Amino acid sequence: MQFEFERRVTPSRRVMLAVPFITIAITVVLSGIMLLIQGKSVGLTFYAFFIEPFESAYSISEIFLKFGPLLLIAQALAIGFRAKIWNIGAEGQMIMGAILAGSVPVYFTDSSSIFMLPAMIVLGALGGMAWASIAAFLKTQYNANEILVTLMLTSIALQILYYLLLGPWKDPMGFNFPQTVMFQDAALFPPIIFGFRLNYSLVIPILFTIFAWIYMEKRFGGFQLVVGGLAPQAATYAGFSSKGAVWKSLLIAGMAAGLAGMSEVAGPIGQLQRSVTSGYGYSAIIVAYLGALHPIGIIFAAFFLAVIHIGGDIALVSADLPISSVHIFQGLLLVTYLASYTFVNYRLKPNRANQEQMEGARS
Amino acid sequence: MTPIEFFLAGTMSAATVFLLAALGELVAEKSGMLNLGVEGMMAVAAAVGFVVTYQTGNHFLGFAIAGIAGILVSLVFAVVSITFLANQVATGLAVGILGLGLSALIGKQHESLTITPPGTLNIPILSDIPFIGPVFFQQNIVVYLTILLAIAISFCLNKTRLGLAIRAAGENPKAAEALSYRVKMIRYGSVAFGGLLAGFAGAYASTIYTPLWADGMIAGRGWIAVALVVFGTWKTGRIFLGAYLFGMVSLGELVAQSLGIGIPSQLLSAMPFIVTIVVLAVISSNGARLKLHAPYALGETYDGSEPR
Repeated sequence: MQFEFERRVTPSRRVMLAVPFITIAITVVLSGIMLLIQGKSVGLTFYAFFIEPFESAYSISEIFLKFGPLLLIAQALAIGFRAKIWNIGAEGQMIMGAILAGSVPVYFTDSSSIFMLPAMIVLGALGGMAWASIAAFLKTQYNANEILVTLMLTSIALQILYYLLLGPWKDPMGFNFPQTVMFQDAALFPPIIFGFRLNYSLVIPILFTIFAWIYMEKRFGGFQLVVGGLAPQAATYAGFSSKGAVWKSLLIAGMAAGLAGMSEVAGPIGQLQRSVTSGYGYSAIIVAYLGALHPIGIIFAAFFLAVIHIGGDIALVSADLPISSVHIFQGLLLVTYLASYTFVNYRLKPNRANQEQMEGARS
Repeated sequence: MTPIEFFLAGTMSAATVFLLAALGELVAEKSGMLNLGVEGMMAVAAAVGFVVTYQTGNHFLGFAIAGIAGILVSLVFAVVSITFLANQVATGLAVGILGLGLSALIGKQHESLTITPPGTLNIPILSDIPFIGPVFFQQNIVVYLTILLAIAISFCLNKTRLGLAIRAAGENPKAAEALSYRVKMIRYGSVAFGGLLAGFAGAYASTIYTPLWADGMIAGRGWIAVALVVFGTWKTGRIFLGAYLFGMVSLGELVAQSLGIGIPSQLLSAMPFIVTIVVLAVISSNGARLKLHAPYALGETYDGSEPR
């Protein structure tokens, strides 16, 4: 018998809560099969992936170190995604935030001023916002597709970063490596616990999460964005500006991504180098979806993906798993999530044509 | 070969990658399917095509299996977005991420290896003409076939019943269904065809244009192909011109180096992306015209119910 999807009258809340767990279960099974094909030990790999990250205080602190930027960017992207503004260039906005923030310690190498870090925070946010505003301007003025523009801007940001690292900002004592000087302590967030890399930049994502929750769930501005995404014509009729939605979504995301980039260079990395983003800009897209684009859901999703990242690093050493496996796992997560989410709005029922045939056979 | 001949001949070769991928995306979009996973499909196919060609030494086999790989990746997109009714934009992105990961895994043992490119097909008599010969008539056979394919696709979309069915599925799926076209099957077929061509594009990139495998070697060319379809306002001829323009732009880096022009190489690397943004803004600024040419139901999920 064939089945087809029938639209539910109201979305099912029960299914909505179950979807993330079903997604993770299916993804684990699929990646287990892929591990078998590669001839790896499934038990050993999953142990490294999901259990080992919790086995030492240090790796737990590293989870939270990854959790911060993922949470921050995903919260901001989710705001845009709910308004159907597809900013997928958080990676580039992160790079520009890192570059602008990094300019302070690069030009004031000797300074130990207490204004150093605050200046970097402001510049980091502005850098991300400036980069995102190019896409917002082209979208509102010239109707240019924001998916393509934000993506292209990411490639351009990367080239700007390479130019600076190989040219004017290269560390003169750095044996010609494409990187800047290591930043002085005044330009770094102090660690929360001495000896760990986890630092006070974690405050930013937490504050931003509270902001995102209040804005999207309690404020009229957030409501306008959600309506614009769900029913664009209704939003226009109600007089909600669609241009305003584009600017708001992109500026908020640019700010968050810029701050995340700043937190990386003023935190675990401590300088500008080629891999300042660690791919957080892309991973955050998956986090936003896996968290059902909801501020609370995103907290859990960000934590889960942070564990995956650390687990991937561990499995790289202990189970000899290539780093691309983490990307494949993330891709599978998003693909299965999108397929599973259909059951929130639809239910399966036997195909109508088949049913008629069967009834005909009975009579 | 003089530098200028080399540059123009290289343009044709570089353009073939863009053109193949963009033609595939055009067919998918004409049926209403916005597949943003082109970059991922190309990457997987590039890795598969390289590995097969490296292991067997058979370029034809590498191309064929890369095409199949492209289809398989595109079917992941089709199943999730057509059968499971998921949002096309998000699904395309997901498949793109998945494809990039898979390509790195597939190519891992062959990182930085190279193969000998296949010979060129020198067209008799024509290839002996000075200047014109080396530029136009000493290319790989795929270059010529791709041009023929562009003509064939244009003809098929505009003049045949199959083309009509594809366009109907992309303009108004409900009406097409009422005319007893099987919209979902048409869309599956169109997406798979897009996957096949993206697969060929990937294989061309990794086994002919630059015969080597390096992780991330597609480097945004799949996205430019997606942009090309918009540039060409869903018309084959304009997409063809766009692909050749971008082929030229992407060679800018080599030319500037050989001429010793003092422009930072990063600016030249960024050039295709800057040009994309500028052209996109110019083409899109006339929103009404863009809407006129875009398939009406592009990107909309079709669940069999009345359109909004």
